[in-house]
Amino acid sequence: MSEKKIKIIVAKPGLDGHDRGAKLLARIFSEAGMEVVYTGLRQTPEMIINTALQEDADVVGLSSLSGVHNYFFPEVVKQLKEKDLGHVLVVGGGIIPEEDIPVLKKAGVDEIFGPGTNTETIVSYIKENIKSK
Amino acid sequence: MEMDYAKGILDGSPRALARVISWLENEDPRGLACMEKIYSHTGGAYIIGITGSPGAGKSSLTDKLTHHLRKKGLTVGIIALDPTSPFTGGAILGDRIRMSELSLDPGVFIRSMATRGCMGGLSKATSNVIKVMDAFGKDIIIIETVGVGQDEVEVMHIADTTCVVLVPGLGDVIQSMKAGVMEIADIFVINKCDRPGADQLYAETNYVVEQRSDIKKQSWITPIVKTIAVDDEGVGDMMDAIASHKEFIEDNKKLVGNRRERIRQETLQIIQDELFRQLQEKLNQDNRMEEIVEAIMENKETPYSIMQKVINDYIKLS
Repeated sequence: MSEKKIKIIVAKPGLDGHDRGAKLLARIFSEAGMEVVYTGLRQTPEMIINTALQEDADVVGLSSLSGVHNYFFPEVVKQLKEKDLGHVLVVGGGIIPEEDIPVLKKAGVDEIFGPGTNTETIVSYIKENIKSK
Repeated sequence: MEMDYAKGILDGSPRALARVISWLENEDPRGLACMEKIYSHTGGAYIIGITGSPGAGKSSLTDKLTHHLRKKGLTVGIIALDPTSPFTGGAILGDRIRMSELSLDPGVFIRSMATRGCMGGLSKATSNVIKVMDAFGKDIIIIETVGVGQDEVEVMHIADTTCVVLVPGLGDVIQSMKAGVMEIADIFVINKCDRPGADQLYAETNYVVEQRSDIKKQSWITPIVKTIAVDDEGVGDMMDAIASHKEFIEDNKKLVGNRRERIRQETLQIIQDELFRQLQEKLNQDNRMEEIVEAIMENKETPYSIMQKVINDYIKLS
């Protein structure tokens, strides 16, 4: 059997147009040996879920800079569960106020990484928490 | 209870298809077991290869072509390839960016794949992934290769119709005449033809096609289609050219001939892959590689004498 690669979707839900952070993360994950499906801007939760399903993703990484995380992140978690994709790890990043983090986690987001988080930390977290399919 | 994935694919479950594709990519034995079960359901899909240099617009063309095919009521499977980094083993698979709307169309299944070290423009599992998409019921399967140079021609072996996408501004007529990618085109597509140099590129490509006819009688004269993919211009013409080619190869029994050749190549490849996999597994189990390397380093053996010994020890071909 050849080596299994971690498949991660990097998506920007909502309407914000700043993707430098998301692109940087895509690079970082790829350099850590992962296969990154970069979906680009203006993704709806439905698009993200369908992509995760077709790509048989291990992880969905969501980036939000415009404050939409409170709606979008839990919505993605919810729709993943509805499509029987509850094993997919969901991590988020961007501009997320501290006080929103517990709410997001309660809604099922596995981890939130704020700006300035050490990228090694993010990569390690993902590698250690991938759920077997 | 574990899902019966082969049945899932034949029943049209995208989840089953996605999981089996992963198995095939990872060379998981469950993937091959599945191939055995679904193989008799393959052969219905028509396979279109789209290749060309990086930045030629392959993804945009794939997206627009798929929209046109959907309007005709056809279901589409798309395999979008991107290169694996030789240093990190990772990959950025970004072709879906150009196909955003299609992610919501239930008649379209898009899978991004990394080459994982395979040369030639495709990945090792591509051929098997085409078969499972075929068994799944897709009418058309589009393979979008990585951005290629002059030499990555693997797509011609797996596609029924190969489209080579060119863009103005990337070289002169001498480049065009070199062997390789220019030779494998069933259809040339000149994309971004609103750019300067488009007319010249058309003339140069036409020259290559005519020259080929002068040298040897051609039964299929490669058409040259002009497109501006991002504006959805010319894609209808591309569709028509593909339909013409399909009719041509069906009428001339080339479809059957091509598939015969494909079966020959694929079967040999499948046998070769499994043979070597088993052999390598044995060598690892018996822990022989270290001592083999030592023996060669110490000049006690050569790779060639080792090869003979390993074959004698492990393979019985009477």
